[in-house]
Amino acid sequence: MSSKSTNRMIHNIIIYFLLILLAIIMLVPFVWMISSSLKMNKDIFVIPYEWITKEPKWRNYIDIWTKIPLGRYAMNTVKLTVVVTFLQILTSSFAAYAFAKLQFRGRNALFLAYIATIAVPWQVYMVPQFLFMRKLGLADTHLAIIILQAFSAFGVFLMRQFYEGIPDSLCEAARIDGMSEYGIYAHIMLPLSKPALSTLFIFTFVNTWNDFLGPLIYLTTDTKKTLQIGIKMFISQYSAEYGLIMAASVISLIPVLIVFMSLQKYFVAGITTGAVKG
Amino acid sequence: MNTQSARKRRMRQNLTAYSFIAPNFLGFAIFTLGPIILAFIMAFMEWDGSNPMKFVGLSNFTNLFHNERFMAALVNTVNYSLFTVPLTLVAALGLAVLLNQQIKGRTFFRTVTFFPYVASLVAVAAVWNMLFTPAKGGLMNQLLMNVFHAAPLKWAASPDTVMMTIVLFSIWKNMGYYMVIYLAGLQGISGDLYEAAALDGANSIQKFWYVTLPQLKPTTFFVIIMLTISCFKIYDIVYMLAGGSNGVVNKSAMVLVYYIYEEAFRNWKLGSASAAALVLFAIVLVVTLIQFRGEKNYAND
Repeated sequence: MSSKSTNRMIHNIIIYFLLILLAIIMLVPFVWMISSSLKMNKDIFVIPYEWITKEPKWRNYIDIWTKIPLGRYAMNTVKLTVVVTFLQILTSSFAAYAFAKLQFRGRNALFLAYIATIAVPWQVYMVPQFLFMRKLGLADTHLAIIILQAFSAFGVFLMRQFYEGIPDSLCEAARIDGMSEYGIYAHIMLPLSKPALSTLFIFTFVNTWNDFLGPLIYLTTDTKKTLQIGIKMFISQYSAEYGLIMAASVISLIPVLIVFMSLQKYFVAGITTGAVKG
Repeated sequence: MNTQSARKRRMRQNLTAYSFIAPNFLGFAIFTLGPIILAFIMAFMEWDGSNPMKFVGLSNFTNLFHNERFMAALVNTVNYSLFTVPLTLVAALGLAVLLNQQIKGRTFFRTVTFFPYVASLVAVAAVWNMLFTPAKGGLMNQLLMNVFHAAPLKWAASPDTVMMTIVLFSIWKNMGYYMVIYLAGLQGISGDLYEAAALDGANSIQKFWYVTLPQLKPTTFFVIIMLTISCFKIYDIVYMLAGGSNGVVNKSAMVLVYYIYEEAFRNWKLGSASAAALVLFAIVLVVTLIQFRGEKNYAND
């Protein structure tokens, strides 16, 4: 009996040791980020490290806005993220309704085309896509980034999976009542699919906010750049301005943190739908 | 008369359906499907983007395999995957088992583990570069010197350790994502199996080995596939950790997607870039086909 309880204790000690180790590994970079963002450059690598600085240098958070056009970068990123997320949700849920609930000629072939392209990485066709956009005069425009992100096959696939789970009888009943297909989509399907919409929302939001290669290829004018590209440029030019770099990093993480914290469960749901399907 | 009205109705049905699909499909067909087809054509052409295209047959491909930078990119990408896939898998599985137990603050630990996956790469890579700075004052070098009594490393600044640094970073950033998949897998295992094992006198290690692991086989398979595909698409991590101030990556950290980017947007050798892109596609396709086969097997079980 007593050996069982010592076993139990050893078990618990190991688990809590691992948990503390995990928390250190995952959190130290973020703690370092915040701590350095409040220091002078010369104080950052002084040993022993001062994790909580006695005289926080809040100036870093003011100076970064004038040192680079951070406000402009943030505005661009917000604009792109909002437009892309809105279009993605709208067009995907619209198309997915037809694939899940309507009978029409060519349905399977069209859906197969969507599925097949999910398997083709964007990196495979990013070059011809850029040349095509350039031909249309869309190089170095925000419209190009919007087009790039707004029509993903993933969104259609995700929404269709969800709609398949909603009984057909609901739509049938509404049809008998004389509701049009558009009415059924707007008044029955959309309200029912809030969880799936939230999942798609957080995925699209995070992807667009964090996108790096797309804006890097397309946006060349400084005033059109996004946060990610802008901060990367700042790092390249002023690699020793640690305090400012960290302040900019903290600022760029805040919106993602807020969205993630409030919608985390839908994010997890999205990952596992993919996994269960696979 | 009747058949005509039926046909009319079916036609109206088709049109309604198409109107639902059109907004997404037009964007998708023009900007995704079209470029994919173009990628296949361009791989057999010589083109600089302004002069007319010239058909060159397979020579883009044969040139690739004699190109030092491309071969370095291919070898590095394969090496990166060989280390990242198993290490991330083990870390994710371990974390899932750990965070599936009844412990205080479980949600907190899950959130903390998952957050780096959604955090902007530029921001976390910037901190990482400071923690792993080649200077002795960096946190990792301090740790090496004072706790492990080892020599400080140059990390991303040296050709010998740059890939290791990239591998460590991507494990740290992505393991939370695969942990979530494993957590879902763990929750799908029936409690009866563990009870039966307990009746047979199995201890927790035996339970893990004889119940958990075999039951998680489909999940593990899925995770391996997803990880492999994402490893071959690696680009931005390399750019952030190993790219110089001008963004140029050395041969020691060259990866496939970086090679495509460089050939296309720095050298304007579009045919050669597309040929490299098709090599990437072929690799991903093989992995995807393995997935399809595997899924069929698991469906039959």
